Amino acid sequence: MMERDLVIIGGGPAGLAAAVSAYDNGAKDVVIIERDERLGGILNQCIHNGFGLTRFKESLSGPEYAARFIELVRQREITVMLKTTVLDLSADKTVTAINEENGVFTLKAKAIILAMGCRERSRGALNIAGTRPAGIYSAGTAQKYVNIKGYMPGKRVVILGSGDIGLIMARRMTLEGAKVLAVCEIMPYSSGLKRNIVQCLDDFGIPLYLNHTITKIEGEKRVTGVVVSKVDENKKPIAGTEMHFDCDTVLFSVGLIPENELTKNAGIKLSPRTRGACVYQNRETQIEGVFACGNVLQVHDLVDFVSEEAELAGASAAAYLNGKRRTDNAVIVENGKNVGYALPQMIDRSVNENVKLFFRVTGTFKDCTIIARSDDKILAKRKKKIAVPGEMETMLLTAEAVAEAGEKIEVYLETCGEN
Amino acid sequence: MKTVALTCIECPVGCRIEVDLEENKVLAVRGNSCLRGKMYAENEVVCPKRVVTSTVKTTDGRMLPVKTDKPVPKTEIFAVMQKINSATATTPVKIGDVIIKAVCEDANVVATGNAE
Repeated sequence: MMERDLVIIGGGPAGLAAAVSAYDNGAKDVVIIERDERLGGILNQCIHNGFGLTRFKESLSGPEYAARFIELVRQREITVMLKTTVLDLSADKTVTAINEENGVFTLKAKAIILAMGCRERSRGALNIAGTRPAGIYSAGTAQKYVNIKGYMPGKRVVILGSGDIGLIMARRMTLEGAKVLAVCEIMPYSSGLKRNIVQCLDDFGIPLYLNHTITKIEGEKRVTGVVVSKVDENKKPIAGTEMHFDCDTVLFSVGLIPENELTKNAGIKLSPRTRGACVYQNRETQIEGVFACGNVLQVHDLVDFVSEEAELAGASAAAYLNGKRRTDNAVIVENGKNVGYALPQMIDRSVNENVKLFFRVTGTFKDCTIIARSDDKILAKRKKKIAVPGEMETMLLTAEAVAEAGEKIEVYLETCGEN
Repeated sequence: MKTVALTCIECPVGCRIEVDLEENKVLAVRGNSCLRGKMYAENEVVCPKRVVTSTVKTTDGRMLPVKTDKPVPKTEIFAVMQKINSATATTPVKIGDVIIKAVCEDANVVATGNAE
């Protein structure tokens, strides 16, 4: 069995940034395992621009953003195994993988970084009535067909879900000659970025139907149409509001699910709220020496923030390899009122640096205050003009605040007047 | 004078911007939080422009991601797409290589991916 210091599972934006950071912080025996034939992950098919504004102060396409990190990996002695799929991860950090060259093989790692990213929620998760014809795709699959394979999935399209990938694909299919008839969103607001509503829908006159969902898919061999209905405040379709669209293609952009099968195999505790691992502030999971970062841990809004989190995990893995261990003395972080989740879920009390908390609110709130509290002590507090679920919130806890905390820290949001 | 409300598309913040206009002359810009936003708003009310991103076939049958290196007028987007779809890129290609020169005014179509 081959022994390696650090094995990184996944060669997308998280894996790449984690590898570079780990290497630069002293880990010199680093392996990236990637199942695709090239590095870069989902960025390779995200050919639109707007990446890197935070990090590089310029607007890059996905492949350009990936290329910058791939170059950094190439400049270092980091091993990259492509077309290699990890089949299993055990609690003792044994990685079982498979590729054409070696068949099934195992690697024993001293440290692991989980960077597997997400997959898309599928039609099956939504219970939509109707037949099961060809022509139904997740938005990301359609994106791969158009941008990587170079063929169009259809000509007349209805999109369910107004997440960013759905919006981006509405524009992309339109540019390539398809007619996008409608984007339907069951919620009263779009989960996509405002700029994408403007430049992907408004620019091309594509209607966005809020509070609407697809209630029936028609067609035997191929999609021939869909029925779209308005929903009430409980998301139940309202009879009599049905609209019919003749279409040959339906795209689903209905959310991402962190791909944590390997994490579960290793017996690592997952958070039911993020569907990712529960981690300490250094992104270490409950198994010592196993770290997680990027969208496999929490679904980020921007790749720039994935890179930032991955660099933290990489530096932490290097410190672990260098002998640094956490203490048993941890503060638990919990989400309170109006907050959907908070990460990290645990903070090691011995931490002597500031800790950035990440969380999402559960609705749209105006003129509100976000607060981190432990027992009766307010550790941090910030006023917000507007907070929406589509934008990840952050809050800095100073090392002193962590030291002052009791057993638990609660992160919550107060609306005006409740303070 | 009229006032136009816009959502800035320069970055993910998506500032809501108001522009005061008098016969195509910009009098004031409000609500932007950076210089890019001000420039976007000034252009948007007079001649809206967009960077076009797409793919070009390579000589060995793969798809190469490309973009216009400058924003092009919104009204020209489909004309640009037509030129992009009839072009072929000869490999090897590096990021930044010009694939179509002067596709629209002085904007070129450049590669945003490498193809060895």
